[in-house]
Amino acid sequence: MSDFLSQYAFILIPIVKVVILVFLVLTVDAYLTLLERKVIAHIQARWGPYRVGPHGLLQPLADGVKFILKEDPLPQGVDKKAYFFAPFLTLMLSLTSLAVIPFGPDITIFGHKTYLGVADVNISLLVLFAITALSVYGVALAGWGSNNKYSLLGGLRSSAQMISYELAMTLSVVGVLLMAGTFSLKQIVEMQHTGNLGILGWNLFGFSRDGFGFTQIIGCVCFFIAAIAETNRIPFDLPEAESELVAGYHTEYASMKFAMFFIGEYTAMITVSCLSTILFFGGWLSPFPATWTFTHYLPSVLLIPIGLWVFFDGIRYETIFGRIILPAIGTALTVIGVVLARFPAINEPIQGPFWFLLKVFAVLFFYIWMRGTLPRFRYDQLMDFGWKFLLPLSIANVVITSAYLIWRMNG
Amino acid sequence: MVPTNYYLILSAILFGLGVLAFVFKRNIITIFMSIELMLNAVNLAFVAFSQARGQSDGEVFVLFVIVVAAAEAAVGLGIIILTARNRRSLNVERVDLLKL
Amino acid sequence: MSAVLVIFYVLAGLAVLGAVTLILQSHPIHSALSLILVMVSLAGLYLLMGAEFVAAVQIIVYGGAVMVLFVFVIMLLNAGEEEHTSFSKLARFAGIPLALALAGMIAAAIARSSAHLPAPAMSGALTSTKRLSMLLFSEFVYPFELTSFLILVAIVGAIVLAQREGN
Repeated sequence: MSDFLSQYAFILIPIVKVVILVFLVLTVDAYLTLLERKVIAHIQARWGPYRVGPHGLLQPLADGVKFILKEDPLPQGVDKKAYFFAPFLTLMLSLTSLAVIPFGPDITIFGHKTYLGVADVNISLLVLFAITALSVYGVALAGWGSNNKYSLLGGLRSSAQMISYELAMTLSVVGVLLMAGTFSLKQIVEMQHTGNLGILGWNLFGFSRDGFGFTQIIGCVCFFIAAIAETNRIPFDLPEAESELVAGYHTEYASMKFAMFFIGEYTAMITVSCLSTILFFGGWLSPFPATWTFTHYLPSVLLIPIGLWVFFDGIRYETIFGRIILPAIGTALTVIGVVLARFPAINEPIQGPFWFLLKVFAVLFFYIWMRGTLPRFRYDQLMDFGWKFLLPLSIANVVITSAYLIWRMNG
Repeated sequence: MVPTNYYLILSAILFGLGVLAFVFKRNIITIFMSIELMLNAVNLAFVAFSQARGQSDGEVFVLFVIVVAAAEAAVGLGIIILTARNRRSLNVERVDLLKL
Repeated sequence: MSAVLVIFYVLAGLAVLGAVTLILQSHPIHSALSLILVMVSLAGLYLLMGAEFVAAVQIIVYGGAVMVLFVFVIMLLNAGEEEHTSFSKLARFAGIPLALALAGMIAAAIARSSAHLPAPAMSGALTSTKRLSMLLFSEFVYPFELTSFLILVAIVGAIVLAQREGN
């Protein structure tokens, strides 16, 4: 049995990783919708989903059940191939792009050193850009196949917006590539590891590699803005806004097919957040210098108070269900925090993914914050901004970074 | 290892299918797409030879072919849009007189 | 039957399937989708050969920009299904077998003559991107600058063609 396992390990291990990753990502997607609704609600001085479970925690489950049980109509005159292929393509591409993202350094589980992501390719950044380039088709085909002029207009506008901002997104990353010399995301993160500079070694500040690095603040800003336009989020979501175009390219989609678009959009958001943390915010590296080993207790220091707070808040909750579930969650969090503090053998591998997830959630919170506060661009303002401001700014970033690096190389 | 001539045979088959599409289709956009198919077949042959010899010259040429194909697609589609607007049809068999 | 050979057959089969579907479909948008399938499977073949940068450029530029242009034009012009015009009987019954025979002859000639070439290597000492860029900016810098000029000409041409009348 163990012979069979070790012989086919090179196939079985990625399959196990894929299963874990898809399960985790779909759960995070579902709770990301809840987080978004709660954050936007609190920005607008209301509470958001509150009744479905304790603090609305079962709301994603209710949404899922609604999507499955709702009627799935087939409009007349749709082009069947394009109509059915588009949501499937969007979902497939969004989930595939998560395969090349490293969630932490290489760790050793059961004596087997493994990459903490599904596929370790040395062109992972190019693979991500290729998948982003192909995701334009999901939108265009959805708009066209729906036999609806609003969908067609929304689909064409949205895909034109996506290909315009794709250029700025790709160029804004070139500064990072010049400093790293490789397309591999794992090596880009390892390049930002300076040993005792911590946060200053991140590409945002650029003090890595003994000064052979330039701050990539312009690149980060360009990338983030272009990424928001790529994922069709506010302030760039005119093609799918409800008051403007009757929900644009996914007007004619209901229940399961709409759920596929929905999950695809949120997964693209997660992918772009992961990408920006890896490229600009140091990936899985801690902001503290590596010599400060006492910061390794930070997960426990965060988890224990939060667990105790959830526990004491849950005991006094309104519904009986909440009074059981919330203290259970609270005790689970506290126990995990205590375990991490007591057993360094478990604490060490957790550090990388902990910092990675913290940064990804910070970027996602920023995304949601922008959605709650900013108005949306008009379409011609959007295209103007992409071509006449963002693209020249990214090119300027490339020129400045390469000029600095050449000056540095020649002494 | 896959021998080089497997790639070359595939390239020949794709090129032949591109020629078939070019000859038998009547929609101008489909004919244009068959030209792109032929260019892709040639790209495959370039990369196969480049890897077989161990040099990168073929890959550089593939980049140039892609760039030229993109430029040609842009201008060609512009011409197609204008012609379609004037004649109200995308059928090449209707474009058989010198005058409109 | 090594794994590489299996992957090659799968990708080559997909490419040929896409090309055949391009001919057999009646609506140009379905032909465009088949062509995208061909390009993606060709990119997979480039990856199999170790030309990783060319594979990525193929998907990003060819599959993500040029084909998007085609799809836009088909959607904007509202290209309908192909009409059925009358063929001459000779063309329909003799044409396709003859074309296949021609392709088969070419393929057989290639198979016989190039069997002595070495198999493509999977990856060299330098990464493919580094080798490509070193060649591109030293030996091929003149064609490189010419292609940038060509793109400028194409942009100007496309803008002039897309102007409205009397502008």
